[in-house]
Parts: sequence; structure tokens; C-alpha cells
Amino acid sequence: MIWWIIKRDLLLAMRRRSDVLTTLFFFIIVVSLFPLGVSPEPDILRIMASGVVWVAALLASMLSLGRIFSGDYADGTLEQMLLSPVSLAELVTGKTIAHWLVTGVPLVLMAPVLGIQYDLPGNALLVLTLSLLLGTPVLSLIGAIGAALTLGLRGGGVLVSILVLPLYIPVLIFGTSAVEASSTGMEFGAHFSILGAFLLVSIVFSPWATAASLRISMN
Amino acid sequence: MTINWFKYASPASFYFLAGRMIPYFTALAIILLVAGLYVGFFVAPTDFQQGEAYRIIFIHVPAAWMSMFLYTVMAFWAGVGLAFNTRLSSMVASAIAPTGAMFAFLALWTGAWWGKPMWGTWWVWDARLTSELILFFLYIGFMSLQAAIDDPKRADKAGAIIALVGVVNVPIIYFSVQWWNTLHQGASVSMIQSPKMATAMLSGMLIMTLAAWMYSIVVILIRTRLIILERERHTAWVSELREGVLE
Repeated sequence: MIWWIIKRDLLLAMRRRSDVLTTLFFFIIVVSLFPLGVSPEPDILRIMASGVVWVAALLASMLSLGRIFSGDYADGTLEQMLLSPVSLAELVTGKTIAHWLVTGVPLVLMAPVLGIQYDLPGNALLVLTLSLLLGTPVLSLIGAIGAALTLGLRGGGVLVSILVLPLYIPVLIFGTSAVEASSTGMEFGAHFSILGAFLLVSIVFSPWATAASLRISMN
Repeated sequence: MTINWFKYASPASFYFLAGRMIPYFTALAIILLVAGLYVGFFVAPTDFQQGEAYRIIFIHVPAAWMSMFLYTVMAFWAGVGLAFNTRLSSMVASAIAPTGAMFAFLALWTGAWWGKPMWGTWWVWDARLTSELILFFLYIGFMSLQAAIDDPKRADKAGAIIALVGVVNVPIIYFSVQWWNTLHQGASVSMIQSPKMATAMLSGMLIMTLAAWMYSIVVILIRTRLIILERERHTAWVSELREGVLE
């Protein structure tokens, strides 16, 4: 069932490729603004790099949250999903994974290129990409709760940022400090362990909370 | 004899119970506030390191404690409302949020006032300040979510979920911020931890905390009463109340 949902959502996303590209370009543009706004000095860029890339990834992932449920909500599919005998949490998991594949994975793939713009050394580039690989699914999972709660509300887009961004902070902290640790030559395995722990905990709890939120929003 | 525990879970009977409780808690709050301020200003000695400026802790620390305490209380009642479908619990939860946010803001504000003479700066990215700021954001999120939803039932339940998600996340956020802080903080600035706080200082702070607690109860009861009136305005007892039949 999960596979079916993922395949369906991916197919829908592929039919509207521009949506996917918009998120990716938003990410690229935000990251490119900082050297213009702060300084093009390589020393400063190297210090900012992980933070800028991570914050931009947070914003890009958050902006695309509306798309997880709003399409299905508008055409009534979501209502049918709620009525179906399949566990809603399972459906939600599938939709969240699809959201991550569509918005998270392109960011991860793009991150090394942007890291080069910021003059990051090869090792740090690798750590940055891996930390995003572990962290972005957490963003999708936490964000799904916010997306479900604000479904169909006026001003839902701004509201979801207030709800979700404070909850993203731990991921941001450990994602960026993994990169920092690696560039100062310190051990960064622990950061990855904690990011992995966040991922596991959110996989367990988030679909369940999202399903409950959907039930409330669709009532 | 069986006690009817659920009697006051009905908004109508709680309305009158709250009305009877408010004067007592108001009196307690005023007495404790006066006592706390007296201890804070006249009994507690001047700190040998920080001079008189430290006296802001008598409002700062209670505000910070209350903001954290109220968030858990709010999440608790919101969760009870979600689990047992008791309307009153959800009303209490939404009544707590503004007071909690106010205390969080007060803690940040007084912290800045204390930081300026002590640290020479209004704001540092200290772990406690940062987590207090995030707590303030969580309150704002809860309130704006509830404000955006017109249907009170949906607002209650959606608020409950975000409060519960928040309460699970608060410790995670707190520890990651603390960890981040130890990583970045130079040795120049650190919270001054007096190893032995003078008894008068400590008791002043505790009395002020109790005062803030009593004040919160009063304000929350008043706000709950208003929410009850607003939501139950179509019921018979409220219209009787308006006509002065019920007292």
C-alpha cells in the first residue's frame, strides 16, 4: 500500500514537474543571496556555508509542505483515503516519503554544488550532503503534521511556518554542527547518530500524529 | 457516598465555581506579591558582585519558571480535552496560552534588562535565553493556530496536537540548544551561578513565584469564564444569566 501511494504521488509530481523545480530553484536562489548580502570572502563563506545551506533547505522544505495534502484535499481524494479501510498512518507515511523524494532528495543532490560555491573542502561537502540526507526526511515528517493541521485554513502557508520552524531547530543544530565538526577535524559520527535518532523517532511518531491531525481537519 | 467528579467538567457549573474561586486566589496573589516585593527590596541583601541590579531576578526567575510550567499544564489540559472530549479542558488550555506567552516574553524582557548592566549587552545567545525564545515561539504557534480556525471544536483539537507535539519537543530542543551553546560559547560570558544564594534572596524568589502562580490562576479562571460565555452564548443558562435570573 505504501508503495502504491508513493508511486502515485511521484507520478502526480512528475506530471507537474515545474512544482518540483520551483522548490529546488528557491533553495538555490536563497543560498546564492547570502554571498551577495554578507561577503564574498572565502573565509567568511566557509564559516557560513553549512548554516546557510541548512536554513535554505529548511525553508524550501517548509514552503513545499502545502503540497503534501492540498491537492488530494481539493479533489476529494483525501476524504476517500480517510474512509478507506487501510490504516491512515500508513497512507500518510507513503505520502510523506513521496514528499521527501520529490523535495528533499533534489536538495540533497544540489547541496554539494552549492557547497563548492561556498568554497567548502571535499570532506565537508560530503558531510554536508550526508547530514542533509539524514535530516531532510525528518523535516518532511515533522512538516507533515503542520501541513495536516493547517489544511484548508486561510493563511495556512504562513501559519505552517510558525508551527513547524521552531520544531526544526534541533535538526538544524545537529546538521550544521556535523559539518562544522568535520571542517575543524573533529569527530562527527555522534552528530549523525543523533540525526539518525531524530529520524527514527519521527518515523515512529509523526505519521500517527499526522493521521490524527488529518482526522481533525477533515471532520 | 460517591463523589460526582464530573460535575465541574460541565462549563455551566465550572463557570460559577470559578467565579467563587477568583476572589480567594486574587487575595492570595496580592498578599504574596506584597510579601515577595517586600522581601525582594528590603530584606534581601545587596549582592556583592552584581549590586542592586540582581534584584530583577525576583521577577525574571518566576516569569521564566511560570512560562515553562504553564506550557506543560496547557499541554496536559489540551491532551485531556483531546482524549476525553471534555470541552472545558480545552477551554482551560486556550485560556492558559496567553498568560504563558506573557510570562515567556516577560522573562526575555527582564533578561535583557539584567543583561545590559551585567553582560554589557541586551542579548546573548545563551542556552537559556535561546530556549526561552523558542518556547515563546511555541506559544505563538499554538495561539495563531487556534486563532486561524473558526470552528472551536477543530481549534481545540488541532491546538491539542500542536501542544502535545511541542511538549515532546521541548526537552529535545532544550538539550540541543544547550549542546549547541557549549560548542559555540566562549568563556567570556556565562550565567553567574552563585553557589550559595542568601536565604532571603531564595525565599523572595520563591514567594514571588507563588505570587506569579496565583496570579496565573486568577487570570486563567477569568479568561476561561469569558471563553465559556462566548462559546455557550446560545444556551439557556447564559441567557438566563444575562437577564439576571441566575446569580
